[in-house]
Amino acid sequence: MALNHQDHPDHDDDHHEHGSELSEMQLRVRALETVLAEKGYFDPAAIDVIIEAYETKVGPHVGARVVAKAWSNLAFKEALLADASKAVAPLGLLNRIGDHLIAVENTPQQHNMIVCTLCSCYPWEVLGLPPVWYKSAPYRSRAVNDPRGVLADFGVTLPAGTAIRVWDSTAETRFLVLPMRPAGTEGWSEEKLAALVTRDSMIGTGLPKNPKDA
Amino acid sequence: MDGIHDMGGMHGFGKVEPEPNEPVFHAAWEGHSLALNRAMGYTGIWTIDQTRAGIEELPPDVYLTSSYYKKWAVRLENLVVARGLAGADEIKAGHALRPGKPLKRKLAAADVPNTLTRGSYSRPAEAPARFAPGGRVRTKNIHPATHTRLPRYARDKIGVIEAIRGCHVFPDTAALGQGENPQWLYTVLFEGRELWGDSAEPSLKVSVEAFEPYLEPA
Repeated sequence: MALNHQDHPDHDDDHHEHGSELSEMQLRVRALETVLAEKGYFDPAAIDVIIEAYETKVGPHVGARVVAKAWSNLAFKEALLADASKAVAPLGLLNRIGDHLIAVENTPQQHNMIVCTLCSCYPWEVLGLPPVWYKSAPYRSRAVNDPRGVLADFGVTLPAGTAIRVWDSTAETRFLVLPMRPAGTEGWSEEKLAALVTRDSMIGTGLPKNPKDA
Repeated sequence: MDGIHDMGGMHGFGKVEPEPNEPVFHAAWEGHSLALNRAMGYTGIWTIDQTRAGIEELPPDVYLTSSYYKKWAVRLENLVVARGLAGADEIKAGHALRPGKPLKRKLAAADVPNTLTRGSYSRPAEAPARFAPGGRVRTKNIHPATHTRLPRYARDKIGVIEAIRGCHVFPDTAALGQGENPQWLYTVLFEGRELWGDSAEPSLKVSVEAFEPYLEPA
């Protein structure tokens, strides 16, 4: 038996999308895993290693480091915008970064927002696994025709003069938003800056934290 | 396919509901669903496009009412049965009743870190790119019943080539097991008004990543 469910306590008691599915799904996935492991299709220990990696190693802290570096280092920022895969690779963030990472820069004139209307394409290497809302029907349906309304759902209001550019991730290219560096952060270290960079600010549904709240 | 998965521009799904401090997984089985899909993907028996097609082929009511990782689990059940890697009887029994099939690769725990990076989908070009940045294109009015990556809202629309992204595996043929058939990939930018008419916010711009066979000169 490859599973160690007892090592991963469930914490979805009140989550609306799961609830009654839990016990059925727990049994169903366990059955599938047992069959495939017994068939010898993978090393059963690999399953827990994958789960642990996504729970602890891969996440938006990786992207936040990239953004903070771009805010601090103009040459890096230019390299990032020219070829994000190439620019990020030497940082040794997580093995290798995939080949098709593209960074898009927010400016006072243009705010970028990333969506995958067809499924859930998302830059896992720099942001980790996508949140539920990113994969949800409301976001995928509305991001392309009502992005300002979507931003309102996140409590974000952009200046009327800021145009919105939506990137639909319909191929293997993956997009990372480079948000604008908040004012009042002159002289901050990369580490301190990274703490301002939220996951949503790198998707384009949020803004970096206010330095006064950091 | 013109399925329920192709959601861009649909009305009626309501507000986006971000969850504060969302956990990576909401239940242990979600992590297992993800990891099983990754581990089986590593064997090389199917392509990423075939797995996407596997989700799109779920009945619309199942698609809309299943959580994300449930869809992944159901898709994997369907794929392993369809490919003869496991029988429905075995999944029901919760144990293997017959030996496994030989596969190309087997994921070991020690190899997991190397598999966290996505593979490359770039391929050598078989012909020069047909379009150049700045060029006007019209997306084709196609409605294949099989997997495609041109969303409905962006079909038969005029846009501008913003960037060439290289030559990539073509999902439409890869999903059918008909080979990688590499094609040039472009970022094609549309004015909001071209997609949504007068209801579009005037400053809105939307791009898709479009493969060359989806495009014709405009």
